[in-house]
Amino acid sequence: MLIKQISIFVENKPGRLSNITNILKNNNIDIRALSIADTKDFGILRIIVNDPEKACNVLKDEECTVTITDVLAVGVSDEPGGLSVVMDTLYNNSISVEYMYAFVNKSEDIAYVILRVADNQKAAAVLTSAGIKLLTSKEIYDM
Amino acid sequence: MERYWNENMECATKDEMKALQSFRLSQTVRRVYNNVPYYRERMEKAGITPDDIHGVEDLKKLPFTMKQDLRDTYPYGLFAVPMEDVVRVHASSGTTGKQIVVGYTQHDLDVWSECCARALTAAGATNKDFMHVSYGYGLFTGGLGLHGGAEKVGMTVIPVSTGNTNRQINVIKDFGSTYICCTPSYALYLAETMKEMGITKDDIKLKAGLFGAEPWTEEMRREIEENLGLKALDIYGLTEIIGPGVAFECSEQSGMHINEDHFIAETIDPDTGEVLPEGSQGEIVFTCISKEAFPLLRYRTRDIGILKREKCSCGRTLIKMMKPAGRSDDMLIIRGVNVFPSQVESVLLQLGNTAPYYQLIVDRVNNTDTLEIQVEISPEMFSDTVKSLEDQEKIIKSAVESTLGIAAKIRLVEPKTIQRTEGKAIRVIDKRK
Ligand SMILES: [Zn+2]
Repeated sequence: MLIKQISIFVENKPGRLSNITNILKNNNIDIRALSIADTKDFGILRIIVNDPEKACNVLKDEECTVTITDVLAVGVSDEPGGLSVVMDTLYNNSISVEYMYAFVNKSEDIAYVILRVADNQKAAAVLTSAGIKLLTSKEIYDM
Repeated sequence: MERYWNENMECATKDEMKALQSFRLSQTVRRVYNNVPYYRERMEKAGITPDDIHGVEDLKKLPFTMKQDLRDTYPYGLFAVPMEDVVRVHASSGTTGKQIVVGYTQHDLDVWSECCARALTAAGATNKDFMHVSYGYGLFTGGLGLHGGAEKVGMTVIPVSTGNTNRQINVIKDFGSTYICCTPSYALYLAETMKEMGITKDDIKLKAGLFGAEPWTEEMRREIEENLGLKALDIYGLTEIIGPGVAFECSEQSGMHINEDHFIAETIDPDTGEVLPEGSQGEIVFTCISKEAFPLLRYRTRDIGILKREKCSCGRTLIKMMKPAGRSDDMLIIRGVNVFPSQVESVLLQLGNTAPYYQLIVDRVNNTDTLEIQVEISPEMFSDTVKSLEDQEKIIKSAVESTLGIAAKIRLVEPKTIQRTEGKAIRVIDKRK
């Protein structure tokens, strides 16, 4: 149920992002989802890839500062209120969301949302019991 | 009428002074030879024994002591008394090497206070005055040195230390400070801040200030005197020798009288080491002849100056040292506060197991110095949330600010991005120059 997300420290410098995506591409690592958290001076690039271990190693070899975090991924149907069910469920169970980002799968009409919450186990339990499907890491990596 | 703290010494004849110096020098040399293996080795290598040093004229036979010698013997290798007799240590640090540690016996602290008391008395201070000390307290010698001298004079000491300039100005105004000591650039900064606060020199009672620890110009002196309404006097010293009070300016404001009953000064050619005649410009070399714990012999200061023995209108016969033309130290003066890059390093060390690479970027924006500290992020510091990184920056910021006494912007940068030469990070980029 838990997905491994890779976070990379990036300074706000031109060319830095493409540099990182090139490192991944050259090592045959596919990016499934990506988001950037930005401040004035630095950013954190967060990615979901098909092979987190390998990605982590090649990035470290290139002197990147990297960390792996467990996150949740949920599928959200493309209809009004799809996401609010997820948010309501977490809110009603007092689970705070540190950050989240969405991505779409080309072949299906479904949006996926990556959730970084304070308590993964509890979040997984309440979401599942609310009928919300959590993606397995295999599903994500094989996408 | 001119007042002296110690008229016998300050106004001694040339012969009296030379006799005293000769006596103290030969005693000191004998003592360090017996107590400090490092000095003994050096003297043996130079083929001399204490019996060869009878007086001041034999000084040139002794080998020089360099800053590197202090680092090589870190921390206590040059101490000439057992540690149980040492009542205080001070330290000064550098970016390129280890910090150096100096020690004082109670006698040494008395000598130091005496030297500073002479400087304060020459500035006209008495026990009726209030002494505002805004040099940093701590391992740096500035604060506690002048503090001790002012107490000896019997002044009311206000130990404000560095930082919080608005508060400093309120203290000067409310507590009635009549004397102040700090770096000259900080004095200018105080004047500027006073203006912003709408306080004029008529609202304060400052009469004179002792300013040192950095080179300053006559223009700066005029500006300080005009804006703070005081007489600005130079004071010289260095941690290795004793701290502030090695030499001080009198009301004539033309060169600093060296407390030569405690420190013998020479000028040498910095390239050849040859002793230069009085009156020629060269590197200033000091020999401590009255200190017990840390009596340096022929210490090369790397300060350039001129020694002149001439009749002074103040009546003092102490030899005068003309303003050092430069100092090749790694200390930075930012907003009037002395900053050593190594202070940042020790803060970072305290926060983590290892100090990451860092760089100080000093600039001047709208006439105010700015300090940005770039810190290379380490895997231990990194996490996936912005908040935790911003928290890291805040922790570093507050630790750095409380150590340095000035505000700094902290900026995390990627590993291996700080410029290095021969593997060593460039610690400082000073864009003000
Ligand atoms: Zn004089």
